[in-house]
Amino acid sequence: MASLKALKLRIGSVKSTQKITKALNMVAASKLRRAQQNAQAARPYSNRIAEVVSSLASRITVGPQSHKLIAGTGKDATHLIIVVTGDRGLAGAFNTNIVRAARKKAEDLLADGKQVLFYIVGRKGRPAIQRFYPKAIIGQHDTLAMKAPAYSDAQAIADDIIDRFDSGQFDVAHLAYSEFKSVLSQEPQVDQIIPAAPPAAVTGNKADSAAAAAVEYEPDEEEILAALLPKNITVQIYRALLENQAGFYGSQRTAMDNATRNAGDMINRLSIQYNRQRQAAITTELVEIISGAEAL
Amino acid sequence: MADLHFELVTPERLVRSEDVYMVVVPGVEGDFGAMAGHAPVMTVLKDGELKIYKTAGGQPESINVAGGFAEVGDNGLTVLAESAGE
Repeated sequence: MASLKALKLRIGSVKSTQKITKALNMVAASKLRRAQQNAQAARPYSNRIAEVVSSLASRITVGPQSHKLIAGTGKDATHLIIVVTGDRGLAGAFNTNIVRAARKKAEDLLADGKQVLFYIVGRKGRPAIQRFYPKAIIGQHDTLAMKAPAYSDAQAIADDIIDRFDSGQFDVAHLAYSEFKSVLSQEPQVDQIIPAAPPAAVTGNKADSAAAAAVEYEPDEEEILAALLPKNITVQIYRALLENQAGFYGSQRTAMDNATRNAGDMINRLSIQYNRQRQAAITTELVEIISGAEAL
Repeated sequence: MADLHFELVTPERLVRSEDVYMVVVPGVEGDFGAMAGHAPVMTVLKDGELKIYKTAGGQPESINVAGGFAEVGDNGLTVLAESAGE
């Protein structure tokens, strides 16, 4: 049985832990709001780009002469997985889930006899990936310095990746990140970004394609596409960064909320134990005094 | 339909969404003015100034854009730019 003093110290330490988790919870909640706004503000752009790319892609015939970012390198041997995680922990299973999704993809590819490489964005992904695939990490982009993801960060990552693609380091690239569904649910996601996934059967919108047919392109479609495709990759990475950021704070808020509640429960339990012991000690003392007095 | 619906979007935010009289767009193959009812066109932009005329004959308002695309369709003019500064 712990002594009274030890119990008191224990309660004190749990209380200060609770203060920390509560503060982190509130910080995460306010940062979450900002991150959510950022993610929403970026949506019109990424939606428009995706629309334009898919309408253009449906108008050209993909052949070996097409831009490599849409036609691919013609091989399917080496896959790159870009793992985008947070930079900090204390967010429940957020980072673990992304890494797990990436690993699952990697295992599937390895089982098919492909070679798998990794590119890490964010600090928390590296140790986990390195443990399982020590030699497969070809690059890393640190995002710790940035407060909110800026478009220039996404640009730097995309440029690096496109350079590596052009120099033939890999044939296919996937992007693993966490999709921000709501504050309470973030879903790890693995999307193919290079070559651009074939336009998901442009939902049979006849009127749309008829309207698109009348559009005049300046310069021609291929050239526009060549300028647009790298941008599309940047935008997708940017979106992943923003979604991750929002998801991270959502997850952190939930985790810290739980931690605060657990700390509260623990304080209650320890206080009861403390009070019982104190009472027992007083009773014993009283018995001693009374029986001492009677003996006189 | 007297006015052109004009949207300027950057990755960070929706910069403008308003009805204007005319916008002069710096396309790579030459500047062009887009007014309501312009034929559908899609073009790459060179870095330069967008000139926005709110009313006919009024003073234009300029916004610098870099790395952009412009699309004119049924629902007006949409400019996608990597950066836009006033």
